[in-house]
Amino acid sequence: MDPSDKVKQDRLDELGAHRQELLQMFKRGAEFTEDLLKDNEKLRFRLAEAEARVGSSMGDAGLVQELMEKIRRLEEERQDLARRFAEVEAENKDFVNRYVEVENENNNLLNIYVASYQLHSTLDFQEVLQIITEIILNFVGAEVFAIALVDERTQKLRPLVAEGLPSESLAQLPIEGGVIGDVITSGEAHFVDDIENLKFEPESPGICTPLKIKDRTIGVIAIYKFLQQKKKLANVDHELFTLLAGHAATAIFASKLYTDSRRKLNTIQGFIDLVVS
Amino acid sequence: MAEYTALVVEDSPTMRQLIVFALRRLQSLKVIEADDGVDALKKLQVQKFNILITDINMPIMDGLKLVSLVRKDETHKDIPIVIITTEGAAEDRQRALALGANAYITKPIQAPQVINTVKELLKL
Repeated sequence: MDPSDKVKQDRLDELGAHRQELLQMFKRGAEFTEDLLKDNEKLRFRLAEAEARVGSSMGDAGLVQELMEKIRRLEEERQDLARRFAEVEAENKDFVNRYVEVENENNNLLNIYVASYQLHSTLDFQEVLQIITEIILNFVGAEVFAIALVDERTQKLRPLVAEGLPSESLAQLPIEGGVIGDVITSGEAHFVDDIENLKFEPESPGICTPLKIKDRTIGVIAIYKFLQQKKKLANVDHELFTLLAGHAATAIFASKLYTDSRRKLNTIQGFIDLVVS
Repeated sequence: MAEYTALVVEDSPTMRQLIVFALRRLQSLKVIEADDGVDALKKLQVQKFNILITDINMPIMDGLKLVSLVRKDETHKDIPIVIITTEGAAEDRQRALALGANAYITKPIQAPQVINTVKELLKL
């Protein structure tokens, strides 16, 4: 081989080697680039995922805020409702108390109405006394009591009714001095607080109420003992005593007048019949 | 229209009026009055009653006798009977309950006591 051909061949071989080397380099570069592209793709995908996660968490925060606001509003509403419920409950209790008061008042008025009705339902003297006795016995609950009139002529008491005690114990009692005397003089009723332990003293009953026509005391109702189940006086009892003080006195007085006038009329009629015959 | 009829037997007009007025608050109850046991028996023969309220101490025929006769009457043998008594009359009360009375009211009588006793017995 010609030395110049050998050089040329060597040169060609060298170029071929360079060419191979370059091809290898380009190949490695291409592979490197491909890897980079793959990594880039992966990173882009992960970036997109991350962005998506961040985006959704930012949306939940808004929802939470909204829900917290709703909870706050509902809590305010609940407290308002609880307050209004307490007001209605208090009002309801007030109504119940007032209903009980009205019911009691109604029952008291019934007693007073019946007592008043009966007192003025008859002009018979004995019937009037019987009605007063029943009122004191069955409405007030007294066991031992007396009804007496003031005898202006003798200035002593004249018993009309003596329930559970001898009428002699009241007869001839003076109208001055003692509880009965004070009640007749003043026209004011006498009450004691403790009605369970009353002692029997004819001139000093535990309860004594005057029988009055206008300002004039014509007699008294004296109570010495109550039924064992009667522990204390109620408001209705005081109302009944007030009623008896006025209405019983008028009923007694009117029926006495009527009875006396009927008797006188019968006497006169009898006399006329005698004269005529 | 009243669903039930009550017979109130009491010789005292005052007490009878109180009991009748109290019971008239019950809308479903019609109230008939009798002034003693004999009058009550006459009324029981002509009319059916759902409840009987009677005093014990009455003239002509007392409440114990009345209770005893009512319990022998076919029409009224099962009606509720309420007796009116005083706290101290325990013996009368026991006898009345033994004869068939269902409940008792003690004097002094209060309207709520009457109403509640009748409501309980008639299940109003």
